Amino acid sequence: MEEIYGVFAQEAREQLTELEDGLLRMEQGDHDAETINGIFRAAHTIKGGSGVVELHHVEKFTHILENILDKMRTNELSVSSELITALLKGCDHLGALLARVEGGDHDPDPELEKAGEAIAEQLRPFLGGDAASAKKSASGLTEASSGAVERDDRDTATTDCWHISIRFGQDVLKNGMDPLAFLRYLLSLGEIAHMTTLTDGLPEAEKMDPECCYLGFEINFRSHATKDAIENVFDFCREECELHILPPNSKVDDYLHLIETLPEENMRLGEILVKSGALTQEELDAGLRQQFGAKVGAGDTAPPQLGDILVQQHMVQPELVEAAAAKQKTVSEKKAAESRLIRVQADKLDDLIDLVGELVIAGASANLLAQKSGESTLVEATSVLSRLVESIRDSALQLRMVQIGETFNRFQRVVRDVSKELGKDIELVISGGETELDKSVVEKIGDPLMHLVRNAMDHGIESAANRAAAGKPVKGRVELNAFHDSGSIVIEVVDDGGGLNKDKIHAKAVEKGIIQPGQPLSDQEIVNLIFEAGFSTMDKVTNLSGRGVGMDVVRKNIQALRGMVDVKTELGKGSRFTIRLPLTLAIIDGFLTSVGKSSYVIPLDMVVECIELSNTTEDRNYLNLRGEVLPFVRLREMFEIPGVEPARTNVVVVQYAGQKAGIVVDHLHGEFQTVIKPLGTLFRNVRGIGGSTILGSGEVALILDVQALVSRCARLEDQRAQNAHGSKLLEASNQ
Amino acid sequence: MEFATQTTTEGAARITVDGDMTIYNAAEIKQRLIDAVQTVPILELDLSHVGEMDTSGFQLLALAKRESLRQDHVLRIVGHSPAVREVIEFFNMVAFFGDPLVIPAGEPH
Repeated sequence: MEEIYGVFAQEAREQLTELEDGLLRMEQGDHDAETINGIFRAAHTIKGGSGVVELHHVEKFTHILENILDKMRTNELSVSSELITALLKGCDHLGALLARVEGGDHDPDPELEKAGEAIAEQLRPFLGGDAASAKKSASGLTEASSGAVERDDRDTATTDCWHISIRFGQDVLKNGMDPLAFLRYLLSLGEIAHMTTLTDGLPEAEKMDPECCYLGFEINFRSHATKDAIENVFDFCREECELHILPPNSKVDDYLHLIETLPEENMRLGEILVKSGALTQEELDAGLRQQFGAKVGAGDTAPPQLGDILVQQHMVQPELVEAAAAKQKTVSEKKAAESRLIRVQADKLDDLIDLVGELVIAGASANLLAQKSGESTLVEATSVLSRLVESIRDSALQLRMVQIGETFNRFQRVVRDVSKELGKDIELVISGGETELDKSVVEKIGDPLMHLVRNAMDHGIESAANRAAAGKPVKGRVELNAFHDSGSIVIEVVDDGGGLNKDKIHAKAVEKGIIQPGQPLSDQEIVNLIFEAGFSTMDKVTNLSGRGVGMDVVRKNIQALRGMVDVKTELGKGSRFTIRLPLTLAIIDGFLTSVGKSSYVIPLDMVVECIELSNTTEDRNYLNLRGEVLPFVRLREMFEIPGVEPARTNVVVVQYAGQKAGIVVDHLHGEFQTVIKPLGTLFRNVRGIGGSTILGSGEVALILDVQALVSRCARLEDQRAQNAHGSKLLEASNQ
Repeated sequence: MEFATQTTTEGAARITVDGDMTIYNAAEIKQRLIDAVQTVPILELDLSHVGEMDTSGFQLLALAKRESLRQDHVLRIVGHSPAVREVIEFFNMVAFFGDPLVIPAGEPH
């Protein structure tokens, strides 16, 4: 039973996201009928689902939202900012209710109940006085229910009721759904005038499976709901059910057609329809006579299909029949596409990835042994095996990949709320939402992104007056971009605000004691000071950002994901925060190298090329790469590895975030599938090492932190350039 | 889930069902009910202690009733708990079972 709540909560969350997105779109001026219909459907599905799992407090609250959305749909209520705000609050409350369900608590919480009441109270004015009159008409309906209804056309049935025929699939009970619950839920839409329970489907006692459902129902249903709304009641079991819904005052022939299509015997169904009041005996007889007459008239030729009769009698145009058939087909295709998705527990996936990691290591060791043995057949077999392992690894990792768009879309709401709060007019532009990255990364990137976006809005974008004075468009703009770049994903938060004021940052850093007054710093270094702990430039502390725990936490969080954050800014034009993250955290393609007896792995995505180190570069740390200066590090020196340097050494040219650097190693061993194992806490502060892995031989190899090495190279380069510049100045002044 | 069987003064067997008649114990209920219906010519079912009833429980009652009719046996439901009564009424099947709906005295509302 727990499971069904879980499924409900998850599906309801998806619908809630859709609901919220739609509301935001409407506020931005999207008046498409499909949008409001989509929103309404989302709310309705949540309501229906909560009714089925008997979470009546959720159902009750959603019902209020649905009422308002219905009014918006029929244009009785026009979209206003206040209305959207109130509805969004309702969405938040619904989210809170769902969170409680997800927490395993299915009873209403009095606190939340109270909050819900308050929100409902805010929404009530939008409903107007119609709520009371609606109630009245509902009670009026009950009074009328007993009386017969006059007939208006010879060919239509006299009933004012919907007729619902449903045969539940055998598996509904096993799937945790109870037909009783669906039918009871139907009562929320109207009144069951008559119900016939069909037990004809029950097999013989011996063959009957007590956990299967064999029941069918013929229901006369009095309601003002739409056909969609009635159909939606059975949404959760639709695929397993045979459901026919005839609107009130349907053609007698439609009933006949229904009788034909249902599994039970025709005469019995006819009786049921008469008994339930859907048809009168007279109507039924007339219809049957007509059909029978057609059969007799056709003589020895095959009797025409009822559908054909309808067409011949010009009751239905052939095009309509075709269109209906085509529509049914697309609907069923859509359903099929939905059912192709499987929900899997995240930990199961993690287990799989772990196993694949072990498989990769075991495969590497088998490979090594095969090569040592020198048996060509064995080598061949293991090489096929390792190719397959590689494919398995790729597809296993692919399973964890999710699009970042969903995370991005959450910010629409944030930007809306924050801009309201700040009194600024800001739009959010999203691009690259389809970029995929590891699920665990997506989960952890939310908070840092939130901080950057809020900062951009609070500190970055100027007030409308200032913007107008600076000749910028009054509407501020925040962009969220994502794209792939050499084995990493890049996420950018861009604003067109005032940019970072370097003088102010410098002054502040001096004041906070982060730097010394006379310390020479490049512009980029000054800008990067904002990532230092305890730095805040805003004079006024707002409740959004600027509590002093800002950018340093952002940087720490991103570094924990083996990523980096960088900022480019131009005074008066805006800032661009660039976050660079590895695509995955578990298994990578590596490039195996060795220095002395130690092995090192460089992530293959970052390797550009390998060249031999010529002797001419004996005592400097840069070389000439086709006319470009390439700084490099000697791993032997850096890690203080003993032993004699071989006659020939190699340079692996790596690239990270647009910067190139060389890593000097003794030997190159080629590609190697690397399962990243974390380093122990002892080694956490060792710079230049990102993790460890296990080689096929069982030895440990260290994974180089290319980012740290490249930035080290770049820093040394900068220093040298400055020194050179300084010494030139010195020379000049000496002369 | 308990089934207490006793013989009444008129020679009928009476089974008192104590517990829920839901999907969770449908298999057990089916076994007991069908066995009883097939072997005993006159069976009385006391359902006044049934806590919960869902579609599967109801379906088994209907199956038992049909089975008993088929064998010219008699199946009478002599006690309805509120849950049972509610389900049978909701499904509009009071006439199918043909038993008077007995409301036990002192039933809490």
